[in-house]
Amino acid sequence: MTDTMSPPEDSRVSREDTHELLRFATAGSVDDGKSTLIGRLLYDSKALFDDQWDAVEAVSAGRGDEYTDLALLTDGLRSEREQGITIDVAYRYFSTPERKFIIADTPGHIQYTRNMVTGASTADLALILVDARKGLVEQSRRHAFLCSLLRVPHMVLCVNKMDLVDYDEAVFKQIENEFKAFATKLEVPDLTVIPISALKGDNVVNRSEHMPWFQGPSLLHHLEKVHIASDRNLVDVRFPVQHVIRPHSSDNHDYRGYAGQIASGVMKPGDDVTVLPSGFTSKIASIETADGPLDEAFPPLSVTVRLEDELDVSRGDMLCRPGNQPRVSQDIEAMVCWMDEARPLRVRGKYAIKHTTADVRAIVKDVQYQLDVNTLHRDESANELRLNEIGRVTFRTTKPLLCDDYRRNRSTGGFIVIDEADNRTVAAGIIV
Amino acid sequence: MSDYRISHIAALEAEAIFIFREVAATCQRPVLLFSGGKDSIVMLHLAQKAFAPAPVPFPVMHVDTGQNFAEVIDYRDRRVAETGVQLLVASVQDAIDRGMVTEPPDGTRNRIQTPVLLEAAEKYQFDALFGGARRDEEKARAKERVFSFRDDFGQWDPKNQRPELWNLYNGRVHPGEQIRVFPLSNWTELDVWRYIGSESIPLPEVYFASEREVVDRGGMLYAVNEFIKLREGETVFKETVRYRTVGDANLTAGVRSHATTIDEIIAEVAATRVTERGATRGDDKTSEAAMEDRKREGYF
Repeated sequence: MTDTMSPPEDSRVSREDTHELLRFATAGSVDDGKSTLIGRLLYDSKALFDDQWDAVEAVSAGRGDEYTDLALLTDGLRSEREQGITIDVAYRYFSTPERKFIIADTPGHIQYTRNMVTGASTADLALILVDARKGLVEQSRRHAFLCSLLRVPHMVLCVNKMDLVDYDEAVFKQIENEFKAFATKLEVPDLTVIPISALKGDNVVNRSEHMPWFQGPSLLHHLEKVHIASDRNLVDVRFPVQHVIRPHSSDNHDYRGYAGQIASGVMKPGDDVTVLPSGFTSKIASIETADGPLDEAFPPLSVTVRLEDELDVSRGDMLCRPGNQPRVSQDIEAMVCWMDEARPLRVRGKYAIKHTTADVRAIVKDVQYQLDVNTLHRDESANELRLNEIGRVTFRTTKPLLCDDYRRNRSTGGFIVIDEADNRTVAAGIIV
Repeated sequence: MSDYRISHIAALEAEAIFIFREVAATCQRPVLLFSGGKDSIVMLHLAQKAFAPAPVPFPVMHVDTGQNFAEVIDYRDRRVAETGVQLLVASVQDAIDRGMVTEPPDGTRNRIQTPVLLEAAEKYQFDALFGGARRDEEKARAKERVFSFRDDFGQWDPKNQRPELWNLYNGRVHPGEQIRVFPLSNWTELDVWRYIGSESIPLPEVYFASEREVVDRGGMLYAVNEFIKLREGETVFKETVRYRTVGDANLTAGVRSHATTIDEIIAEVAATRVTERGATRGDDKTSEAAMEDRKREGYF
C-alpha cells in the first residue's frame, strides 16, 4: 500500500468553487456594536465554531456578563482583552453559498486612524456603524471621509441598535438624510443605508419583522449581491514587473519571462506594449502560468509575460499600452496619512518610497496643508504631520514614479513611505 | 466573452504567488518552513507555480522534533526529491543532545522548537521565513501581518506591527532581523482543502480516515504510537479516524471520520462545527493566550 493518496480525477466538479471574493472593512468602536455585528455575521453564517463559541461563553460567564460578549471573538490580543478595546486590524473570514468574505475589522477611535486606513486600502466595501440613539457623531463622519479618501467603491451605513429606539422609522430617516447630505460632499460612488439590530439580529441575515417600513435588503443579502466586478480598472493596462524568471536550464536556455500581478487593464498575446521607463516597444509573445498559457489576463491574476523582442526589462519597470501610459514623474503630489509614533513627517525629511514594485528615495519638498479629518478644515500653516494626521504633501523622488491618480487606479496611485533608519512603514500616500 | 471574474480560490492563489515572488525579488535569503503538513505542502506547490518554469529559488527547512508521524517524514523526503528543492533539517533532538534546549518533563517538544528554529535562522542568515499559518486558525493570528517583522531575538511585538497597505509589503530588515511571511494568511481550512482537491496535490496518508488504535484523553482521540504511552487506567480501542492537522505525533489527535477522499474531507470540513486546532491540538488548549505567547517568543 502506498502512503500517498492522490484524489481521483473525475471529482473536480464538486470542488469547483466559483464564489467571488468580497473584502470589506468595518469601522466603529465597541460602543457601536461592531463586534456584536461581526460576531452575528460569523455565527449566523456558521463561520463561528462551537469551540470558539464555548470559549467566549465561558469567559463571559466568568466575568458575570449579562449576555455572551461577542466582542471577545474579535479582540484577539491579551492587551485588547484587558483594556476592552480593539487596537489593531483583525481579519475575519466567512462564506455563504454566494460569496467568500474577508472582513478587515478596524478600531474606530481617532488614535487608530492608521488602522482604519490600512483596512480600507484593500476593501471593496466599507461598513460604517452608528448607534441609532446617538445618531451621526464625529467618528462616523471621519470614517466616511477616510473610506472616500481610500476610494472604497461601496459604502454601507448600518444604523444599529434600532431595537433601542422602538424600531422607529423617523429616527432612521433622520440619520439617513443627515448622512446622505454629508456624503454628497465626499466622493462616495455607492451608498446603502440599512436599519439593523446586531444584538437581536434584525436585518442582519434576515429581513426584520419589526421594521416592515424598510423595503431594502438585509445586510448579508446586500453583501452577497452588491456588484463589484465593475470596480476594477479594466481599461488602463498596467503591469508592474515584479521578478524576472530565467531558468538557466538546458530546456529553457533562452527563456526570459516577466512575472507580476496585473494591476489594471486586460492583456492579450499580440498586444503592442511599451516598457517604461525606457520607452522601448514590443509585442506580447505569450502570457504564461504554471497551468499553461492564457488568451487574456486581467487583475488580479499573477502571470508571466514574455515579449517578442529581447529588451532589458527589470523589476520596477512597467508594461503598458503605447497609447495609454501612466505619468512618469519625479514630483509627486499626495495625500499622506502619517502612521509613525516616533517621529513626525517633516519638510526636507528623506524617506524610502515603495510604489508598485519600484523602490525609490524621496525628499519632502512641502507640506501644503494638514486636513482635520473631522471637520475637513485645511490648516495651511502646518509644516509637519504627526501620528494619524493627514495632509497634502509634495515629494521629489530620486527616480521617476510610473503612476496614475489614485482615484483612477488604486494600484498605481498608492505608495508607502518607509523610514530608512529603522525600516518601519511610516505613511500611506495617495497620489492626487 | 469573458466577464473577467475569477473564483475566490483563484484570487487567493494569485495573491500567494505575488507574495512568493515579492520575497524572492526583495529578500536576500528566504527559506520555506516545510513540515509535511498540508499547509506547508500547499505552500510548496504555490512556490513551484510562482517560479515555473524555473526551480523554486530558495531551500525548505524542517524543524524536526523527532516526534513525527512516520508517513509524514516519508512524504517529506519524497516530495523534496520530486521538486529538486534543497531540504535543511533543524533537529530538536540534536539541540537537546547539545544542551541547547531542555526537554520538558511531559515530553512535549512543541515549545522548544522555537530556539531551534531561531538558531537555524541565524546559522543560515535567513531574512525571510515562509510559514503556513492562516489567520482563521486562531485569534492572535487574525491580527498578524502577511509580512510579519521579527526583531533580532526573533520576537513578535503585536502592538508594534508595520502597517500593511494595499499589496505593498515592506520586507526590509537589518542584519539579524527577519520577516515571517504568510502566503496563506487569507485562506481558511476549507480553502486549503478545496485547493488541494482542485490541484490534485498528493497528501500523506494520515490525512485520510483509517482504523487506528486510539486512546481517549479528555475527549481527544490519540493514536497509540511510539510517542503515546498508555497511562494508568487508559484503555485502547479501535476507531476510524483521520487527522485535520499534523503536528507532533504525541500532541495531535485524530477526529472520528470515514472520509477517505478529498471530496469526503471537504464535505466534512464544510459541515464541521469545531475549529481544527480546537479539535486536534493539545498544545493550544493551555490558555486563552497560548498562541500569542508562543508567537511573541518566535514560534511559527
